[in-house]
Amino acid sequence: MTSSATSFINVGERTNVTGSARFKKLIMADDYDAAVEVARQQVENGAQIIDVNMDEGLLDAAHAMETFLKLIAAEPDIARVPVMIDSSKWNVIETGLKCVAGKAIVNSISMKEGEAAFLDHARKVRRYGAAAIVMAFDETGQADTAARKIEICERAYNLLVADGFPAEDIIFDPNVFAVATGIEEHNNYGVDFIEATREIKKRCPHAKISGGLSNLSFSFRGNEPVRRAMHSVFLYHAIPAGMDMAIVNAGQLDIYDDIDPELRDACEDVVLNRREDATDRLLDLAERYKGGGAKAQVKDLAWRELPVAERLSHALVKGMDEFVVADTEEARQSAEKPIHVIEGPLMDGMNIVGDLFGSGKMFLPQVVKSARVMKKAVAHLIPFIEDEKEEGARAKGRIVMATVKGDVHDIGKNIVGVVLQCNNFEIIDLGVMVPWQDILKAANENDADIIGLSGLITPSLDEMVTVAEEMQKAGMTMPLLIGGATTSKVHTALKIEQAYAGPTLHVLDASRAVGVASALTSDGPGGGELVEKTRSDYEKIRIDRANKGQSKLTPIAAARANGFVADFAEYKPPRPNIVGTQLIDDVTVGMLRSYIDWTPFFRSWELAGNYPAILTDEVVGESATSLFGDAQAMLDRIENEAWLTPRGVAGFWPVKRDGDDVVVFADEARTDEIARFAMLRQQMVKRAGRSNMCLADFISPEADWLGGFTVTAGTGIEPISARFKVENDDYSDILLKALADRLAEAFAEFLHARTRRELWGYSPNEQLSDEDLIKERYRGIRPAPGYPACPDHTLKPTLFGLLDATSQTGVTLTESMAMLPASSVSGFYFAHPDSQYFGVARIGRDQLGDYAARRGLDIDDAERWLRPNL
Amino acid sequence: MSIRSDFDALRRERILIKDGPYGTAIQNRKLTEADYRGDSGLTADQRGNNDLLNLTCPDLIREIADEYLDAGADILATNTFNATKISQGDYDAEHLVGDINRSAARVLRQAVDARQDGRRRFICGAVGPTNKTLSISPDVNNPGFREVAFDGVKAVYREQIDALVEGGVDIILIETVFDTLNAKAAAMAAMEAGDDLGRDLPVMLSMTLTDMAGRNLSGQTVEAFWYSVRHVKPLTIGLNCSFGATELRPHVAALAKVADAPVMVYPNAGLPNEMGEYDEAAETTAALVKSWADEGYVNALGGCCGTTPEHIAAMCAAVRGVAPRQLPDMAAAMRLSGLEPFTVAA
Repeated sequence: MTSSATSFINVGERTNVTGSARFKKLIMADDYDAAVEVARQQVENGAQIIDVNMDEGLLDAAHAMETFLKLIAAEPDIARVPVMIDSSKWNVIETGLKCVAGKAIVNSISMKEGEAAFLDHARKVRRYGAAAIVMAFDETGQADTAARKIEICERAYNLLVADGFPAEDIIFDPNVFAVATGIEEHNNYGVDFIEATREIKKRCPHAKISGGLSNLSFSFRGNEPVRRAMHSVFLYHAIPAGMDMAIVNAGQLDIYDDIDPELRDACEDVVLNRREDATDRLLDLAERYKGGGAKAQVKDLAWRELPVAERLSHALVKGMDEFVVADTEEARQSAEKPIHVIEGPLMDGMNIVGDLFGSGKMFLPQVVKSARVMKKAVAHLIPFIEDEKEEGARAKGRIVMATVKGDVHDIGKNIVGVVLQCNNFEIIDLGVMVPWQDILKAANENDADIIGLSGLITPSLDEMVTVAEEMQKAGMTMPLLIGGATTSKVHTALKIEQAYAGPTLHVLDASRAVGVASALTSDGPGGGELVEKTRSDYEKIRIDRANKGQSKLTPIAAARANGFVADFAEYKPPRPNIVGTQLIDDVTVGMLRSYIDWTPFFRSWELAGNYPAILTDEVVGESATSLFGDAQAMLDRIENEAWLTPRGVAGFWPVKRDGDDVVVFADEARTDEIARFAMLRQQMVKRAGRSNMCLADFISPEADWLGGFTVTAGTGIEPISARFKVENDDYSDILLKALADRLAEAFAEFLHARTRRELWGYSPNEQLSDEDLIKERYRGIRPAPGYPACPDHTLKPTLFGLLDATSQTGVTLTESMAMLPASSVSGFYFAHPDSQYFGVARIGRDQLGDYAARRGLDIDDAERWLRPNL
Repeated sequence: MSIRSDFDALRRERILIKDGPYGTAIQNRKLTEADYRGDSGLTADQRGNNDLLNLTCPDLIREIADEYLDAGADILATNTFNATKISQGDYDAEHLVGDINRSAARVLRQAVDARQDGRRRFICGAVGPTNKTLSISPDVNNPGFREVAFDGVKAVYREQIDALVEGGVDIILIETVFDTLNAKAAAMAAMEAGDDLGRDLPVMLSMTLTDMAGRNLSGQTVEAFWYSVRHVKPLTIGLNCSFGATELRPHVAALAKVADAPVMVYPNAGLPNEMGEYDEAAETTAALVKSWADEGYVNALGGCCGTTPEHIAAMCAAVRGVAPRQLPDMAAAMRLSGLEPFTVAA
């Protein structure tokens, strides 16, 4: 987990005497044992780096720094994360550097005392092998305006880089200052930081931006609700601008969307300096939040009159988080121990959610919303639980989950993770593109009860077999769960289960995951029964497959003889209006909305039915309508706040058919070959009158044209997604990713239409309704490598090369040929009126050998990539 | 040409071979306490003080060096693993540290110069971990206690390094690193010695693992160790001692994946048998390390505990013609570490 490359980093702030009164008290009292526990809790709660600061007038700061760092070095569960050595005094920093074995961050150095001292400190930092935070501070003082921040940081950057300091080890702190102080000059400080951040990231490649948030809300000391809201609003705007890390108590951040809109707007007015009376308005409003943050104007709803335990249940079942913190607090005050609130009313509520979900009365989107409420309640209780040094609630089991190496898709995995968490499982989510080594390591180190693997593209199937083999080699015995769009019971039975002796189960969807995981982790007979039943099911699948033999295939020569004969007598391939490539950067989210195909969106949330009928469906209609409303609201924000910037590229090239290959030429003379796409042909036995199809059949052997495209919904998704995660808001995170996928598909559809009408221009007068579009009632196809008509993912690099797709759109390919960002689509354009979609399905060894030779691949490589078709 | 550029040119051509251990070679010669003591005038028992032999039996050290040269070694390391004030304290021989190191370096320099065959070889001053650790308390009841401090350890290393350089070494080899902080102190001593010499004094770093999971004694993983010392810009980064080549393999693979510096590994001759002896045959060790070479994991190979000139010759023959590892191109990213690595995406 700690090895993950991540987009927004929480630096734990609680081991800082200037930031935590409790920690200061412990250090002053020489109670280092308890102080070490503070560090441990921070790491357990997800601090990725811990900030240690001992700058207190009455302390020997150097001595305290040394003592504390040596003590935590002896605690492997603390020392596993990097340390941030935080002091305004150089001697304290240097003392700290002499105590850390790892690569730390120094916080901070600056040009306060001139360039010579600055460079001297920077060189020493380098000698000790650390990274450094550089404050925007020079000989004349701390930078306040954006211009000053940018000027100082750029000057510092140039000095450091010229001196050999690695640019990637520089972190700028452009100074977060207090706003709403009543002094007019301070009003723009929030804006100055955000603007400076954006510009510094542009001018100083590889450098990072950090900041301490507590300064911002200094004027509102003692009014936690307002401070928290200000911090959340600030991060909401600073992270997309390029802020990489903050020294913060992550549990104390509010979800942006859940802040009372009146307070949120007032905070936003202050942080973004949007109106002259912003400070006064926030001060007025703040009065109402003093002393605990009960909402000012409570809507008088009947359920609010219920006892607190029932209110919590109600909030969980309805997915409403408006009152949950206050209710949790009330429950805590009457509970003997804070943990009892989790074990009692909260778990009771979640059990109701689980039962409703299990019996089909609640649906996935609602469950994910319930999880958000639960997480918020738990986040409120954690500090109290820590203070009492209680053991955490015992989870039913611990599950390590990962999207396997080479694959970048995680919507399904995240949904399963949330649903399992709702059911009291502890989830260790390793993210996407996780190599088997990390999966095994995490499972071992965390003593996991179950490993769950996910994948969407076909090469992931092989990678899952690899993970299973390595688990076997490592002597593991825990259950292995397999899920994801490309996986199947048959593949699991034939390949994965055969590689691993422990229980291996394919899980169809999130709703099945809970039952399976519960059975496998219970002590009762349920687990054993399930494992035995699955084993015999899978054995039966294998026997059936063996007995059935495989369907007969036509030899490739005969299949070619029965190829599809496209009409080239009447049809003259039209010359595209664009020859070569065309960057598509004028498309906005707003333009794509009407192209969205909503049915697969509902399917990704496990809601079955076609749009728009699904909105009025008797069973899932209510849930679908609510989800659709949230999706529209988020699309508004994606559009208005420019979260995503779609980019695409299309290209059109002169080609000829050569057997089953489509050959691309440098120019219309068609003599100078620059690329070749080998296509696969169907080999199943066809009844009379049906052809054995191949995409090359739609291309003329004389002179023809082929198109290609890559589109992406946009590269900006990561910081937004990271922010939702910080806010414990899985619902919005999953919603965002699902919408980005839909936008990418919509973009592909949009660009195909533009291709038909303008870029290629073979149907200039085409007028189709959106429904016709979705039903693909138009001329020409856009098959994608890795999909049924063209199953080989490895055509993508050639296509990307012709399109110069990576530099035009920012989309890259992983080793398994998945596209990054995940919300991207690429494919070919065929214009022939007879061109149609089909599935290649299973091919014979004869074609495999022929194909490998045509591609210039080793037979083993070809086999590996085409395994799903063999 | 500088040592760095010479080394870099050669390691691109082929896999380089480092020598084997002095300890095993000396042990096989069954010396008496009087042999060790020689005319050093020391009164404490000197049996096992292998470093002292650089002074009292330089011919013996030369003989071992010649055997490794005959076996085909390109990289020779001085017999100075314990030649620091801290370790020589066990033999009341602290005052001889300078002489021991100078003599050790000179013996190797003479052995190499005598070859006159036009082959470029490199002489490393071997710097061991000492028997004191900066990261771990020797007192379980007082985890914040340390027997030594960073500046003190750095000064002890500096004394050794200065003497090795005077004696004529090209490179400082900080080996058998069980505590990364000790290694950082040694590396800083070498960098400061280079500053005072007014030239680049290159360093090689070699970690040792104390558990099969791939961590050193202070708890770092191989990848975390690399990020902790990458600022030293070492000539090679690698692993030595620990276990045999079989057990070391996954960790060599892990290091090869992340290290954008040449990788040098010198394993033991297998794991010790019930008698505490290393009995892995030269051909076995050579075949094991050759498979690393075939995988493209390594740029230099040699032997640690239990290996002999025969092992070195076998390795030399085994990897002849095998292409050296190409350094991976690591994208710029902030790579931090505690006991575990933490990479901040660019």
